[in-house]
Amino acid sequence: MSPFWIDLIIILIKVIVVMGALLGGVMMMAIVERRGAGFLQERLGPNRVGPWGFFQPIADGIKLFFKEEFIPAQAHKLLYLAAPAFFVFIAFATFAVIPFGDKLELFGRTIQLQIADVNIGILYIFAFASLGVYGIVIAGWASNNKFSLMGGLRSAAQMISYEVALGLSIIGILMVVHSLRLNDIIVAQTHYWGYLPRWNIFVQPLGFLIFLIATFAEVNRIPFDLCEAEQELVVGYQVEYGSMKFVMYYMGEYVNLVTFSALIVVLFFGGWHIPWIEGLAIHPLLLALLQVGAFVVKVFAFLWFFVWVRWTFPRFRYDQLMRFGWLVLLPLAIFNIFATGVVMVLIP
Amino acid sequence: MELALFVIFGAVAVASAIMVIVSRNAVVSALFLILTFFCLAGLYVLLNAQFIAALQIIVYAGAIMVLFVFVVMLLRTGKEARRGYRLIFQKSMGIIFVVLFLLLLGSITLTVAVTGMRGPYTAEAVRHIGNTQAFASVLFTDYLYPFEIISVLLLAGIIGAVVLAKRKR
Repeated sequence: MSPFWIDLIIILIKVIVVMGALLGGVMMMAIVERRGAGFLQERLGPNRVGPWGFFQPIADGIKLFFKEEFIPAQAHKLLYLAAPAFFVFIAFATFAVIPFGDKLELFGRTIQLQIADVNIGILYIFAFASLGVYGIVIAGWASNNKFSLMGGLRSAAQMISYEVALGLSIIGILMVVHSLRLNDIIVAQTHYWGYLPRWNIFVQPLGFLIFLIATFAEVNRIPFDLCEAEQELVVGYQVEYGSMKFVMYYMGEYVNLVTFSALIVVLFFGGWHIPWIEGLAIHPLLLALLQVGAFVVKVFAFLWFFVWVRWTFPRFRYDQLMRFGWLVLLPLAIFNIFATGVVMVLIP
Repeated sequence: MELALFVIFGAVAVASAIMVIVSRNAVVSALFLILTFFCLAGLYVLLNAQFIAALQIIVYAGAIMVLFVFVVMLLRTGKEARRGYRLIFQKSMGIIFVVLFLLLLGSITLTVAVTGMRGPYTAEAVRHIGNTQAFASVLFTDYLYPFEIISVLLLAGIIGAVVLAKRKR
């Protein structure tokens, strides 16, 4: 076989593995979220289907698959049907540039454990994440329902407000690393300060805090899930969606959650880097697999963190959300850039 | 491969740009405008200008158009909202400006793009330097003063928005 076909097959295998892992992650989260809610609220949660209720997502999926297909009479049909598909597409496409491991040496070939090594990787993620909001806004408008529309509009305003803080909070990292490529950002975190790994959480603690808070708004999770807000808007933009179209939103939201957990790990927690492992004599292949494992463990830690926060905090009021975004997070993000610049000038 | 992508992106960009003005529904028009921006970003990627492409999507498709859609969705866009307006003056002025714009575009294409000098930043050169670096080195040396002046203009816009928002209370 010519090298072109081998490369193509390798890329296809990577795409299939990542898609499978994401879908598996979505199913895991569907049960972890509900069992986690039970754990945090001192009740059981769904535990009947399979061991520890582990097959509950499959049962739910089958149930939703056989539900009636429904389109509201006054809806804009094409956009109503296209919105969930667009939402899921964007959610999956965003993950394409996340590096989930270092290079893998296999049969004399170097395989980068990442679907697309784009040299502006971080901007690619922001570009696609900013498009994801259309899946929600269009759904809100096309359903021709006032609750849907309110949910969509809230989501649009919220995304715009928090993407500013989200984007500015990572500029400190970019100033230190001098690159927009996600792999370069990870490699820059593999050094040490004494025994402390030089992860960006220690370099940019304020940036990390701002990024983490803005992430909750970006993935529409409590305390910032104003576009769903059951008590005021029923469930906002999803009101008119049932059966598999509802599942697509459900899936897209969890894929977004996995993507942003992975992004936090890559930007602030060293990605696939395992601290203090450099001195040990480990076979390179085993090391590469261990690093993938470390990445997965870190991502799961953050996924659990999102569940933990969801069942711990109440929801913000809408004006509080806007005020917090513009008057607290944005000035702090700008201060972080300024402080990083001053430190970089003083300590070359 | 690149030619095929160019044809696809270009054709979709032109078709959706036409749909922006043909469509009867303001929200649909706005969505077609987003598709146009997305295709333009694709064309930038084909020119090795990934940085510009990402900015195109983040700023235009992801931020400005979200606000556009936000406002348009709150308008009444049914048939009754359009009735009674013939817009003769606007239409005639529109035709005049289109003709003038096409003349300008044609003259520039003939004098500069076809026969004029080529700059140092071809697609190949940009790939070699790295497109973010190439963009930054030009922006912060040759075009520093325009860049700073535009930032002052934007600051004026921000202050204006704050004043308008504060006045209501």
